[in-house]
Amino acid sequence: MHAIEKILAKAAGKDSVVTGEIVNCRVALGEVNDIYLQTVRSFYEMGGKKVHDPKKLVFIMDHYAPASTIQQADNQKQFRDFCREQNIELFFDVDQGVCHQAMVDNGLVYPGMILVATDSHTTTHGAFGAFGTGVGATDMAVIMITGKLWFRVPEIIRFHLTGTLSRGVFAKDVILRIIGDLGADYGIYKGIEFTGPVLKSFNVSERMALCNMTTEIGAKTAYIQPDEITLDFVRTRVKHDFKVFTTDPGYKYAAEHTYDVSRLKPQLAAPHSVDNVHPLEKFIGTPIHQAFLGTCTGGRVEDLAIAAKILKGKKVHRGTRFIVVPASKGVLLEAMARGFMQTLVEAGATFVTPGCAACLGTHEGILAPGETCITASSRNFPGRMGSTKAQIYVGSPASVAAAALEGKIADPTGYLD
Amino acid sequence: MEKIVKGKAFIFGANIDTDQIYPGRYLELTDPKEVGKHALEGADPNLVKEFKPGDIIVACTNFGCGSSREQAAITLKAIEVGAILADSFARIFYRNAINLGIPLLVCLKIHDLVKKGDRLTVNLITGEVVNESTGAKAQAQPLSDYVMKILQSGGIKPLIRKQIGADA
Repeated sequence: MHAIEKILAKAAGKDSVVTGEIVNCRVALGEVNDIYLQTVRSFYEMGGKKVHDPKKLVFIMDHYAPASTIQQADNQKQFRDFCREQNIELFFDVDQGVCHQAMVDNGLVYPGMILVATDSHTTTHGAFGAFGTGVGATDMAVIMITGKLWFRVPEIIRFHLTGTLSRGVFAKDVILRIIGDLGADYGIYKGIEFTGPVLKSFNVSERMALCNMTTEIGAKTAYIQPDEITLDFVRTRVKHDFKVFTTDPGYKYAAEHTYDVSRLKPQLAAPHSVDNVHPLEKFIGTPIHQAFLGTCTGGRVEDLAIAAKILKGKKVHRGTRFIVVPASKGVLLEAMARGFMQTLVEAGATFVTPGCAACLGTHEGILAPGETCITASSRNFPGRMGSTKAQIYVGSPASVAAAALEGKIADPTGYLD
Repeated sequence: MEKIVKGKAFIFGANIDTDQIYPGRYLELTDPKEVGKHALEGADPNLVKEFKPGDIIVACTNFGCGSSREQAAITLKAIEVGAILADSFARIFYRNAINLGIPLLVCLKIHDLVKKGDRLTVNLITGEVVNESTGAKAQAQPLSDYVMKILQSGGIKPLIRKQIGADA
């Protein structure tokens, strides 16, 4: 069995599972964010009275942090009331940042767990050897009532990463290239595992970006076998006991791909699809109105560090807005302690509250018709960050910072000597 | 669940994401009637004016990709979509729609057999699709037993109510 299958089998109380089987699994942690008031509605519509286990739920106010309309404020208020009534102690208010980073910062994510969240980017937690997957509100309400959810045991596809990354090229570029090569629907319903020597050069932040973006190829979950890099990270944060599962020798993957990343150059997903991926050099000189650095994909300390390196002592190009959103409170505190926020704000960055911000087109950096944005977030769908007549390019944090500096799409490599 | 669905076809392409089905700026709305006013607004702002209950959405691959927002399914339920036929569906959207009792059928190349406004008849049990306007026929993949059980119960909510004895 694959490690993912072993996680599902254990949570279903079974010795083994097979691909395609429907299993009903105990969920170690269910996470709800603030665009999903429907979770509470569905909970009551299904006859829920008390949640199955208040310690296995976390509610995070991140998509509207802090509220910018009366309706958003009222939705968040209803969440606060619900959590108080249900004795849910893990309630993270608008100070904590994006759910995926806030859960990691707070030691809630560990190898071998099943983590289900009302957010598509829950694949992120494969970086820790967890089974992370996104669902909608009513599926989450089923978890709130029963503590369990059904899953189809997925086929698993392996991406083996070899070679050495060039300067200016990051995990984000690798995953963009993969999505571009295979298409946004290649991984629907599938589990995606990353293996290979390149992982040793990826810190936890890079691994999270890699797994995060498997959502954009349709994946159900992602997986990186925990190693010393993982364990060093989780041991200092996680208090929960955990078990690391390993894949049996001879496990047959549904497909295997090997990527030699040595010749890879910085990549961009061009408007209006995440699989419209080309080398960044094809777009050099494209004027940029807004550069956006942040979110659960590209707002971690290492991402802010790269941007600070590129912009230290320089100024954001006149006419370009550089919006910086640390992924979480933890990221913001560390970025301040290390001087990155100081550097970026002095350079002309506009700093907004840790959270999802403009990534999903709700607030804090909405695009006007005719504007062009480069973003370190995950998506460039029509209208994703505001007007459907805006253009969005998705790239690495380094590519975003280089564009903020030059006011146009630029190769970050030369700024990283 | 109605076994036979009849309606007019509305056509969409590949990778219709949930931001197009239900733009992020409306996510704060919670009343299904309000949510229904913006169905597919990002892809076709005129759809809600033309769409009648029972009409059928036809798309290419990866319909519903992107965000996990259940509002993308709620908005289509609110306009009373009869069925959605596509080459493939994104995973979370698939679960969300089935949970709300919206029939989704995987029907390869259906896009080639239907144009906007054609009248379709879909048998949800057998998967037979007939384009009444042209006479063309297609066969959708049968729904799994598990999914059929949810649909025939009217969605996951009545099933869970029964399971936990909420109606007793």
